[in-house]
Amino acid sequence: MSTEIFGIEDVNVWVDGLIRVLLIVGFMTVVVMGLIYGERKILARFQQRLGPTRTGPIGLLQSVADALKLVGKEDLRPRNADPWTFELAPYLVFIPVFLGFVIVPFVLDWQIRILELGLLYFVAVSGVNIVGWIMAGWGSDNRYAMIGGMRAAAQGISYELPLVLSLLAVAMVVEVPAPVIDGAASVASDSEYVRGSLNLNEIVAAQHEVPNLVWQPLVMIVFIIAALAELNRTPFDIPVGESEVVGGPFVEYSGIRWSMFFLAEYAALLIMALVFAAVFLGGWAWPFGIWMDDAPPRWAQALAVAAKAGAFIFLVFWIRASVPRLRIDQLMSFSWKVLLPLMLVQVLVNGLVLVYDWPLIILTVVGLAGVVALAAIVDRAVRHPRPRPAVAAQLQGEAAS
Amino acid sequence: MVVDAPTPSEAGDFETQDLLINVGPQHPSTHGVFRMVLEIDGEVVKDLVPYIGYLHRGAEKLCENFDFRQGIGYMDRTEYLAAHNAELSYVMAVEALAEIEVPERAQWIRMILCELNRISSHFMFLGAFGVDVGVFGTPFIYAWREREAVIDLFEEISGDRMMYAYFRPGGLAWEVPVNFEERVREVLASSRQGVKDFDGLLTENEIFIARTKNVGVISAEDAIEIGMSGPSLRASGVPLDLRKTEPYMYYDQLEFEPITAEGGDVFDRYLVRLKEISQSIDLIEQCLERLEAGPIMAEKMPRMLRLPEGEAYMRTEAPRGEYGIYMVSKGGNKPHRVKVRSACLSNLQALKQMSVGQYVADAIIILGSIDIVLSEVDR
Repeated sequence: MSTEIFGIEDVNVWVDGLIRVLLIVGFMTVVVMGLIYGERKILARFQQRLGPTRTGPIGLLQSVADALKLVGKEDLRPRNADPWTFELAPYLVFIPVFLGFVIVPFVLDWQIRILELGLLYFVAVSGVNIVGWIMAGWGSDNRYAMIGGMRAAAQGISYELPLVLSLLAVAMVVEVPAPVIDGAASVASDSEYVRGSLNLNEIVAAQHEVPNLVWQPLVMIVFIIAALAELNRTPFDIPVGESEVVGGPFVEYSGIRWSMFFLAEYAALLIMALVFAAVFLGGWAWPFGIWMDDAPPRWAQALAVAAKAGAFIFLVFWIRASVPRLRIDQLMSFSWKVLLPLMLVQVLVNGLVLVYDWPLIILTVVGLAGVVALAAIVDRAVRHPRPRPAVAAQLQGEAAS
Repeated sequence: MVVDAPTPSEAGDFETQDLLINVGPQHPSTHGVFRMVLEIDGEVVKDLVPYIGYLHRGAEKLCENFDFRQGIGYMDRTEYLAAHNAELSYVMAVEALAEIEVPERAQWIRMILCELNRISSHFMFLGAFGVDVGVFGTPFIYAWREREAVIDLFEEISGDRMMYAYFRPGGLAWEVPVNFEERVREVLASSRQGVKDFDGLLTENEIFIARTKNVGVISAEDAIEIGMSGPSLRASGVPLDLRKTEPYMYYDQLEFEPITAEGGDVFDRYLVRLKEISQSIDLIEQCLERLEAGPIMAEKMPRMLRLPEGEAYMRTEAPRGEYGIYMVSKGGNKPHRVKVRSACLSNLQALKQMSVGQYVADAIIILGSIDIVLSEVDR
């Protein structure tokens, strides 16, 4: 078995695999360190601080110093912790995140593997790490950790659905060249294009002229919300809420295991940003008609992807600096009662567009109406809160008597 | 030890137990060394047991062993976020016992400093509360910036950033710096901007409103019964403000109305404090207009204060509520008994009633909204 990498043909599959794995892990670790530094600097600016300045020029080596410190720390395990669960949990959080990088299109044709079902693969592996969170929460023999783990499970499952539906909605209607089978165009033989693809490269290529955010404004917003929840970032950082559960499932971890969770968290942020850039912002394509006729050079593609992913990451940091945390019941009802119905309606509309081959502009109109509806629902929920459930009142009565 | 009772599986039915979690005294959001044990069912608090006393230093007892002026230092330490207000009650009690007339200028400066301290204390609340609600650091730093401006001013005046010991029986320790007025105005301008920042950051934030409205509600009747005071009481709609209802110093010459809210929930307790900052800014400006040159210490103060026999209870409106000092003197240079009436301790009694039936995350912000200072609770 042999394959091709870097233009060198006839490379052993195992050597090829090893090279690709090392590339992902190396690249990711460096980028994640940069992200951590970036987050500290950006948050510091939001908060009128300077952030790290002392380690290396303008504090650039701060993440390296932190990593070295974490590696040097003692790897503690509480006496009553479940040893297997406790020690395996970081891997189950860490590995799925890195598996997700397999399909990410950094630059045209530069990715680990081009999978036909790339998006499906992505949502599948990104859901696995919840198991690791629950294991960490359960295995630590700590009640804060357990509550955090349960919260992570509830939240992860609840927001997986809007996330998957939002990706599905895009994948349904994206226009891709009709596949050529045995020399003859298959399904829609009278048209050059068919709709629907799960291949990220094709999705990006389809946005050569107009990015999906124009066609799918509501879907994009729901994706951002669900992605924040999947990543456990503010305002959905309920599982790790510092002021409530003191770090949640990670409370008992130290040293290298803790840093694996940390690394996985930022790696997940990066991959979500790259997928966002690919699915909604058009990946490596340049906006406003630049390099419209031919593919931009590789450096320009990389720049475009970095800028688009960077915008998403900056948005996440910005949100972190400015909004409070939701409560667990609000979080759950927001997902099940607001996001999920909206996305189901959107998927229905997309299905109609897919079947009857309507123009995509209908989606824009529906999407904008959906955005207005979302804002109205949130506003109404905030201005006219429902009274507390009867059980709360009853408990309060008991306590008072 | 042999246990004869059947295990749940033998008895055929399992008993579902509620989970007990211990919050504090090292928990990041118990504001010091407060500890509470929550009995939770899922995420709902079913019972709450507060434990206090981790910071008990015997400040009241210690005061019995020191002369009247030395006791001021201990009062600073009971209420370290609003030390001027704590000192004020103490020196007023001493002055009432000794029947000392405090000169006018000293009174006005005391009022200015107490109101400034109210601003710094409320900003501290806003910052800590923002962190409780879950914003990563931003409100804390915003609040810290404004508090820092006030504290810098205090440092210029008294030489210390937290434990001022600047009020003395009979007046003030020394004259304020020559640029006092302009420095105060500078600080006020910055605080006014700080209030605007908080309005933008939290007050109108949808998530913040969703988290705090209708949470931890306490009715006016319950609040009065528990003995709450200060902003926590006024948030329930009771216009009790000692500055207005029984004016001390020259508060009767100032124009203001106690700030109240209707709901008695966490959001109202937040909003009342935010508005009180603006009110204090306004009060300080009125004070500055009336500030005139003059002596800052009563005449003929003895080197060693010896008080006649008697007792006095002086209470003032501190940032957290009624801060009272009950002092008994049996002659001599030391008090026979000093009792601190702590607003935080009384307000804390409402915690259980407000938290039961709410979510765990609510219990945290309810505790934050009471705005306790543990060294005042435990003394």
